[in-house]
Amino acid sequence: MEFLINGITQVTWQHFLMWIIGGVLIYLAIAKNLEPSLLLPMGFGAILVNIPMSGVLNQFLPGIGEVNGIIDWLFEVGIESSEMMPLLLFIGIGAMIDFGPLLANPRLLLFGAAAQFGIFATITVAAILGFSIADAASIGIIGAADGPTSILVSQVLKSNYIGPIAVAAYSYMALVPIIQPLAIKMCTTKHDRRIKMAYNPKSVTRKTRLLFPIAVTIIAGLVAPASISLVGFLMFGNLIRECGVLRSLSDTAQNDLVNLITLLLGITISASMKAETFITLQTFLIMGLGLLAFVFDTIAGVMFAKFMNLFLKEKINPMIGAAGISAFPMSSRVIQKMGLEADSQNHLLMHAVGANVSGQIASVIAGGVIIGLIPGFM
Amino acid sequence: MNNVNIVNSLKLMGMGMVSIFVVIIVIYLIVNLMLRLTKEKR
Repeated sequence: MEFLINGITQVTWQHFLMWIIGGVLIYLAIAKNLEPSLLLPMGFGAILVNIPMSGVLNQFLPGIGEVNGIIDWLFEVGIESSEMMPLLLFIGIGAMIDFGPLLANPRLLLFGAAAQFGIFATITVAAILGFSIADAASIGIIGAADGPTSILVSQVLKSNYIGPIAVAAYSYMALVPIIQPLAIKMCTTKHDRRIKMAYNPKSVTRKTRLLFPIAVTIIAGLVAPASISLVGFLMFGNLIRECGVLRSLSDTAQNDLVNLITLLLGITISASMKAETFITLQTFLIMGLGLLAFVFDTIAGVMFAKFMNLFLKEKINPMIGAAGISAFPMSSRVIQKMGLEADSQNHLLMHAVGANVSGQIASVIAGGVIIGLIPGFM
Repeated sequence: MNNVNIVNSLKLMGMGMVSIFVVIIVIYLIVNLMLRLTKEKR
């Protein structure tokens, strides 16, 4: 009857700590409603993979040999071999996004680019802290404020820290309504936040909406070929949405596909949350660096808007720059709320939404650019 | 602290931001062109 206590005798303090971390993630998901669709599966998965001799992981059984575990298998097939899960998720995200507010005011595209600065600033800080350039880049990509991009880039670059990176990316995305107002207030005055912007959108025809995803795919593919899987799948989803003849596919991509992949992605990521690799000093550093990435992104966006104001007659509210991160739609809601707090007549939502969807495009381009550039530094 | 890594990260910052801006500016120009070409006549 010794086998009954085998599991209990093999529990270490690291396992115990991972159960607590899993419990905290589940608590944040349920009680605080922070990205529950990802944090809850990740939290439960963290408990699942940290039970000694867990059957969800590959293991060697005496007399039987190698036995495959479902979570290790899902990780190998769904993420490691082809990054299938994050890429399929992009089809659904693309189908959800309405690029109309961006097409109606295309200069908002520039804010998406500027707000990616946090990625590169964080890479430098991570390099100073001693991470290899590939790991530093994988950590920096948390600043893309886009969970699937973070998972995909860290996987392609063979980072050892995919688990903590995914936890940081999703946690901070959920905390955008707390992080961004603090960062914005650090670099704006009340006068800045009161700046009103007229909304005079250009008319956007159906042809433009149809051509946009195709054009973006070709341009991004030609200039940054490594970004093509990310951009291409995002734009494929958007073309399904905009074409008007694939309504049921568009609905499936937006609902069933996203739900199915999200359901599996969280629990699959937990394969990288095994105690022996997760409980390290580096995990704590990555959590801190992830926060820094979001703060740098926000400040860079605001400062870029202020820089543009030097040349513009009609001033831009600098907070619009902060909406250039990919966290959609949280970031645009934050900007709208802060605009109204500064002046009850200051409605910035449509401008912020445009910058925010631009952040979606720029973040996947940033991911592709990093994948393309890093091999040259190794 | 690995100085080579730090220098590389700064190079990556320069090259990365330039690349992103180049792609975005090209998209910006193409979008403006599309808006002009597909403008509905009244």
